[in-house]
Amino acid sequence: MQGRGPWAEVTGFVVRRLLHMLFVLVGISATVFLIFFATPGADPAARIAGRNATPDTVAAVRREFGLDKPLPVQYAMMMDHLLVTRDLTSFVNRGERIVPEIAEAAPVTLSLVLGAAAIWVVFGVLVGVVAAAFKDTVIDRGLMVAGLVGVSVPVFWLGEVVNLITQSRLHDTFLFSWVPALGYVPLSQNPLGWFAALVLPWITLAVLYIGIYGRVLRANLIEALNEDYIRTARAKGLSDWQVLTRHALRCSLISFVTMFGLDFGALVGGGALLTEVVFGLQGVGALTYRALEDLDLPMIMATVIYASFFVVVSNAAVDILYAAIDPRVRER
Amino acid sequence: MSGAEPLRAPAGWSEPARLAPPALGYWAGAFRKLLRNPSALASFAVLMLIVLVCAAAPYYARDVSHTDPFASNVGGSIMVGGKSVDVLQQATNGLGLGLTPIGPLWRFGPYALGADDQGRDVAARLLYGGRNSLLIGVASTLICLSLATLTGLVAGFFGGLTDRVISILLDILWAFPIYLLAISLSIVLINQSLVIGPLQITGSSLALPILIIGVVYVPYVARPIRGQVLSLRNSEFVLAATGLGVPRFRILWRDILPNVLSTVIVFAPLMMALNILTEAALSFLSVGVQPPAASWGTIIRDGEGLLYTQPMVAVAPGIAIVLTVLALNILGDGLRDALDPRAKLRI
Repeated sequence: MQGRGPWAEVTGFVVRRLLHMLFVLVGISATVFLIFFATPGADPAARIAGRNATPDTVAAVRREFGLDKPLPVQYAMMMDHLLVTRDLTSFVNRGERIVPEIAEAAPVTLSLVLGAAAIWVVFGVLVGVVAAAFKDTVIDRGLMVAGLVGVSVPVFWLGEVVNLITQSRLHDTFLFSWVPALGYVPLSQNPLGWFAALVLPWITLAVLYIGIYGRVLRANLIEALNEDYIRTARAKGLSDWQVLTRHALRCSLISFVTMFGLDFGALVGGGALLTEVVFGLQGVGALTYRALEDLDLPMIMATVIYASFFVVVSNAAVDILYAAIDPRVRER
Repeated sequence: MSGAEPLRAPAGWSEPARLAPPALGYWAGAFRKLLRNPSALASFAVLMLIVLVCAAAPYYARDVSHTDPFASNVGGSIMVGGKSVDVLQQATNGLGLGLTPIGPLWRFGPYALGADDQGRDVAARLLYGGRNSLLIGVASTLICLSLATLTGLVAGFFGGLTDRVISILLDILWAFPIYLLAISLSIVLINQSLVIGPLQITGSSLALPILIIGVVYVPYVARPIRGQVLSLRNSEFVLAATGLGVPRFRILWRDILPNVLSTVIVFAPLMMALNILTEAALSFLSVGVQPPAASWGTIIRDGEGLLYTQPMVAVAPGIAIVLTVLALNILGDGLRDALDPRAKLRI
């Protein structure tokens, strides 16, 4: 591709990536729509009308909710109400607007995920660097086993055990008497209460990711330490620690950033629902789960689209960032 | 490094082959490496133990706990230390309302781990639940790995339009938060039966979580396999085979599949660990294994309401999950070291 500057190349890549993103988003919303509206035997009208509804009631519901129209029309109508007029209402509670509901839940999820992310980045880097620095010693093995334990613990069970200890068994001791009852406290109302309510959910959610990130970073660091540029750095007289943190770590952080983008997007999009349910936080994940339990189709559509939007956007952001860093990626 | 440089035969040596280490095939070498890995062996032993104990569930229920772990025993009583004790007792704390099930008796007999809120023996349910959790873990892993290998092979080898279509489908599946997709599928399919050709899967069947968990993680495995096939397709030995006129399917079967097999094997225990965790999460949210059947996840859910009074109901199955998943992950680590040390896996 001669004659085009690097910026033209990056722009081309960005445009292609954004188009791809749009395509995936449409694909996801259509898939969810099909799962709930067109699975053989699934009849949303019968579900809304209830188990013992007469055929007349079902027919009336079908007409009222527009479920008698062809599927593509129903899909377009729902997308129009969701994204353009933003007045989509719940099937279960017809006075309930969907979009404000999500807007209300988003800060809860964002608070949870941001705090957890801060913890897992700091501790993930710490575990990875220390394990690599003490490679093949007791410290390294201990950290790696601890990391595997973190990966192996079901997050909802960990949350229950944390609740058991801090809300019941040791709540009246000096250790955990500061732990408030389960639930969310808005940051704008009471910053200290916000922190106290969220610090245990943060740690619970972060445990898995500290394990993953620490282990992956250690592997990347050890691989990087075998590269030629590390030998150069050593040859010019840098200390082991400087080589590790200034040279090897910087290179290894690229894949760290990739993983972070994907995980962060998935969690903000509702992937943290187990943590939210266990700690009684009314975030997007909990909202989605409630919608799924009630089979509230518009709410399900909205939350799933919201969720996949975050996943797809963070995917694209990572790719674009990558292309800006590494010219080889742009040429695909 | 023990300081032993590879020995080189001096000039004129007649039998240099004798000095070379015995030639081991790839698989035999990997197996030998695995046998020298104590933590992998230990975790394999732990896994076998868990499988055996869970397999013995019916014998435990019949001969040790003497109860039907699937029938509620609300009005029952048992003998403890010569006295008859109700399985569900009147709550003593708070307002004294409601019933509290009997706690762990810590003995090799009835109610070793106490009762749940329906008076059922938790220890016996733990073993029966383990059977289901393990079965779902194994079966969904087999489904996931076969589907992923097939799609990865086809997409990577045939390229072109086939690859485009498969990649976009995988992208769409990939962009779903996994739990949301699994929950959505479960909720729709639990309320009705799924008909695939002659197969009919009802909502309470174990096949449903197996199928759902098996499908949602396909991109996880299919993407790395596709990448590997893509680079193998352009490797010299495949180009040579093509040049010699070997048919494409024969190349796929004889040259490419064996090369991706080690990746698939390394993935197996790790995916099984992930699938057991996913099953537990789905069952905890009541969209996995359906009552009266049990799994470790459903027992944790049963114990949620009893968390502050009889925590063992929720704690015990969690410990079982952690042990099993940890053993699988350690085994996976050992397999990776033995088979494919450079494999980039996210665990």
